[in-house]
Amino acid sequence: MTLLETDSGRLLAALRGLLAEKGITDRAEIAERIAVTDAATPERGAAMVAKAWVDPGFRALMLADGAQAAESLGIPMRGMPPLGVLENTPDLHHLVVCTLCSCYPRAVLGYPPFWFKSTSYRARAVRDPEGVLAEWGTVLPASATIRVVDSTADYRWMVLPMRPEGTDGWSEERLAALVREGDMIGVTVPQLA
Amino acid sequence: MIAPGTRVRVRDDWPETRGPCHIRTPHYLRGETGTVTRHLGDFPNPEDLAFDRPAPRLPLYHVQFDIRRLWADGTPGADLLVEVFEPWLEVTS
Repeated sequence: MTLLETDSGRLLAALRGLLAEKGITDRAEIAERIAVTDAATPERGAAMVAKAWVDPGFRALMLADGAQAAESLGIPMRGMPPLGVLENTPDLHHLVVCTLCSCYPRAVLGYPPFWFKSTSYRARAVRDPEGVLAEWGTVLPASATIRVVDSTADYRWMVLPMRPEGTDGWSEERLAALVREGDMIGVTVPQLA
Repeated sequence: MIAPGTRVRVRDDWPETRGPCHIRTPHYLRGETGTVTRHLGDFPNPEDLAFDRPAPRLPLYHVQFDIRRLWADGTPGADLLVEVFEPWLEVTS
């Protein structure tokens, strides 16, 4: 039997056993890291976006150093890659993709959605971003050009979308509830329900 | 260090045809010309990390490309930012 034919559960158990035997890690640490990973959801990114919409100082910090901004909200960033934040404006819309694999800002957005990892999205986002956005039903300002960010190396990227019209005076919590996963990848833009 | 605004060509090199390797420079950029927009920092070379070799820290840049120059049927006016390590870049200007 080859490695590829071996049951993945058995392989995982063998790997865990070796890591423990060599003193590299133990069951408790693995369980802790799984819990940390599972706890990350797009609500974290949405909270950052909403805060940036109401707090210019936080917005500046977030654009300069996304990881530091996340940590200031209590989001654990230990061991995570640098977080870059891409600011959408009326003239510039960002779309994030990882053509090589599925690099994703997991600390602030959680697990990547299934389509983000699909070969179709990865191939088309860099070539026909306009067509991809149209399929999502996303309408950009006429003035906007599209900038695709291919996440190929050590950074992870999230989009800071534009605050929708008609949300003056809204609380941070209410604003955060508007922000969806796709808005922070750039396939969609936040909208009033 | 390559300054922002510098025109660069991504090396038209295909190490994957010469043996096992791990490359973070996408196929579609090899031999293409773009503009450095920003030095993102220095990071251990992933081509060495993947094989557990000593990995020197290399400058990593954001390089901007015109999508229409990469693909004739690409979205007009759209551009692309990609993280590329310095050894893959040749200064053309």
